[in-house]
Amino acid sequence: MAQTLTVPRSKGPDGPDVPPELGDYRPGGDAAMRKDTAKLGIWIALGSISMLFAAFTSAYIVRSAGEDWVPLAVPWLLWVNTVVIVASSVTLELARRAFENSRPLGFRKWLLVTAALGVMFLVGQVMAWGQLAAQGIYLQSHPHSSFFYVLTGVHAAHLFAGVIVLLYVLSLAMRYRLIPGESSAPAICATYWHFVGGIWLYLLVVLFYI
Amino acid sequence: MSDGHDDHGHGKQSFISKYVFSFDHKMIGKQYLSLVMFMAVIGGALAMLVRLQLGYPGMHSEFWAKLFPTGMASGVMTPEFYVMLFTMHGTIMVFFVLSLGPVSGFGNYLIPLQIGARDMAFPFLNMMSFWTALPGAIIILISFLVEGGAAASGWTAYPPLSAIRSAIPGSALGQTLWLVGMIFFVASFTMGGLNFVVTIINMRAKGLTMMRLPLTTWAQFIVGILGLLSFPALAAGAILLTFDRSMGTSFFLPHGMFIGDTLLPNSGGSPLLWQHLFWFLGHPEVYIIMLPALGFTSDILSTFTRRPIFGYRSMVYAMCAIGFLSFIVWGHHMFISGMSPFLGTMFTMTTLCIAVPSAVKTFNWLATLWKAKIRFTTPMLFALGIVSLFVTGGLTGIFLGTNAVDIQLHDTYFVVAHFHFIMAGAGLFGMFAAIYYWYPKMFGRHMNESLAKIHFWFTFTTYYGVFFPMHYLGIAGMMRRIYDPNTYDYLKPLQPVNTFITICAFILGASQIIILVNYFWSMFMGKKVESENPWEANTLEWSLPIEPGHGNWPGEIPEVHRWPYDYQHPDAEGDFIPQWVPPKKAVTK
Repeated sequence: MAQTLTVPRSKGPDGPDVPPELGDYRPGGDAAMRKDTAKLGIWIALGSISMLFAAFTSAYIVRSAGEDWVPLAVPWLLWVNTVVIVASSVTLELARRAFENSRPLGFRKWLLVTAALGVMFLVGQVMAWGQLAAQGIYLQSHPHSSFFYVLTGVHAAHLFAGVIVLLYVLSLAMRYRLIPGESSAPAICATYWHFVGGIWLYLLVVLFYI
Repeated sequence: MSDGHDDHGHGKQSFISKYVFSFDHKMIGKQYLSLVMFMAVIGGALAMLVRLQLGYPGMHSEFWAKLFPTGMASGVMTPEFYVMLFTMHGTIMVFFVLSLGPVSGFGNYLIPLQIGARDMAFPFLNMMSFWTALPGAIIILISFLVEGGAAASGWTAYPPLSAIRSAIPGSALGQTLWLVGMIFFVASFTMGGLNFVVTIINMRAKGLTMMRLPLTTWAQFIVGILGLLSFPALAAGAILLTFDRSMGTSFFLPHGMFIGDTLLPNSGGSPLLWQHLFWFLGHPEVYIIMLPALGFTSDILSTFTRRPIFGYRSMVYAMCAIGFLSFIVWGHHMFISGMSPFLGTMFTMTTLCIAVPSAVKTFNWLATLWKAKIRFTTPMLFALGIVSLFVTGGLTGIFLGTNAVDIQLHDTYFVVAHFHFIMAGAGLFGMFAAIYYWYPKMFGRHMNESLAKIHFWFTFTTYYGVFFPMHYLGIAGMMRRIYDPNTYDYLKPLQPVNTFITICAFILGASQIIILVNYFWSMFMGKKVESENPWEANTLEWSLPIEPGHGNWPGEIPEVHRWPYDYQHPDAEGDFIPQWVPPKKAVTK
């Protein structure tokens, strides 16, 4: 195939106005493109997940106008969990930097810490549910509690998936399958994890401060 | 894609990895199409039973009593059975036929071929997507066999009918399975959409700019985005509905509902909330079904008129505009739900805006056809059929989109007529056109052209025969979903129209046997394809060898040098120059 492209404008009666320089030409099949593809994929997936939470938010706003709305007080454990999840984003960032600077031990260590913090958050959320249940506030008690349980539950499911992904990346690292500067798994994993952390902060604001 | 996906990387594949858990987008596309055909037969049979009841209400038959011991126990169809029939007809057709066929089936098959890629961006995800759709379909089918029968709250699953388990027989386990099946479907469709969008953005062949994409691929690209943004709303609604059904929450259930003499404990929920969430998906879903058909139509019209598609750029912009507008029109499904009339007027305005890009597309097609020397092949006939259905259904959309008129027509047979023309008709004819057009590429054999033409003429005429009179029924006041029109005196004189529709529907249903037979017979006995480009078309999939391997092109991926509509080009020796032919050396066979 010729490397220099000289493509004239199409001469059809209503031909598209294609510039000859072909700005978005992409070479096929190299590692750079695969990385690109995976990164694009995760961002698009995040867009879709955002729509899920956007739909829940609009349902929440509509339902909160109901007469039977009883606002819930923030269970104090949620603040601990918030600190845990913010910390997990920091440790994952440390892991990612260690990876990029070719420090495999540091990478594995921080990855493990992040996963542990993730599990801690999940346990904390379950304990927060327990706190509420102890006060006699259940899923079906009133609309705010219903939304609290459902939204934290859906969020926890996404975070749980994140923990699985972290452990998967860790297993790749243990088997020396990741190459700094080439493998995109750590970066993609980090993008997802920060996003799920961000969703938690968002939910906290929506559930208690709107 | 990468090294592992060209032809050389694949040795002999086992039966399982080639035909069952295949990563090859071509095989996955064919798997989807097989599933779709099976589901279409079921969905079609349900429609036949619906028409049986409406054409001959109260008909007594010992045969039916034996076949459906619960639904027609005394030989006469029960109302509960009837409600289940149209619910499952809608569900199966909208999601498992018209979405999975043109989008998941043909999208998977065509996108990598039209953009010059070895496979989809994420082949594993692609395989998972099929193997999530299949269990979804199986769950939906199993729901027919459970106690109480399948779901019966309409394909829109409006609460409270769908939220209270004891409301009607279908509200029990059948509705639960419906929700589970839909969650599988949403998961599958989202994985597919992700693959479509990433593949089209990132994996185009050298020289293939976005503005050189065939309109079919453009349509799939927009559909991918629509699915990714709209299906999560249905997922959210389905999760909340599941909680209302099983855990005693009141998201959608208001205060003061009785089942028998029992007051339900729910309070404060809003059934309208479900409608908002559902139609936020529901309206883009209409375009998810239609846009691929519109893309096929553009490509097929261009090929068989031997002319460039008129207004390529405006076609692209029109599809983008339709895709964007589809997110801000959902309220037109809810004009009589008690929403603020001011809001209704806003939705009317956004809805009528869709007429503009739709008209752009229609006039572009007409301009493409104008004074052309048309090759009347079967795909072309079906593409022309789509143009016809699109105009008929589009015009009635203007009536229904106007809130003042819709108050009269809402939930009547006028609506049934409208969406069967515009969405179901365009989607179905799109699938037929695509099958006839790409069959030689998919199976290396031609379908029988005479049978195909007979299929077209029977389908086209009876399609109008079934759905056109429904406009009159609707205006005369016959309501949608009614079990027996003769319940009301003012509907009794309309019975002959209903009988006529039913006869046409039976012929329409029976004519589909022709394409089924033709499809499977031609797979083994059809005339073998002699050239890799039998239609003399320009798009990249026609440069593929007759029997392509997993990596699609045996050598290098062809480079793209032009847009896909260079017919009657001054440089051409024949009358077309395919996309892969370099400039100056334009050669045609």
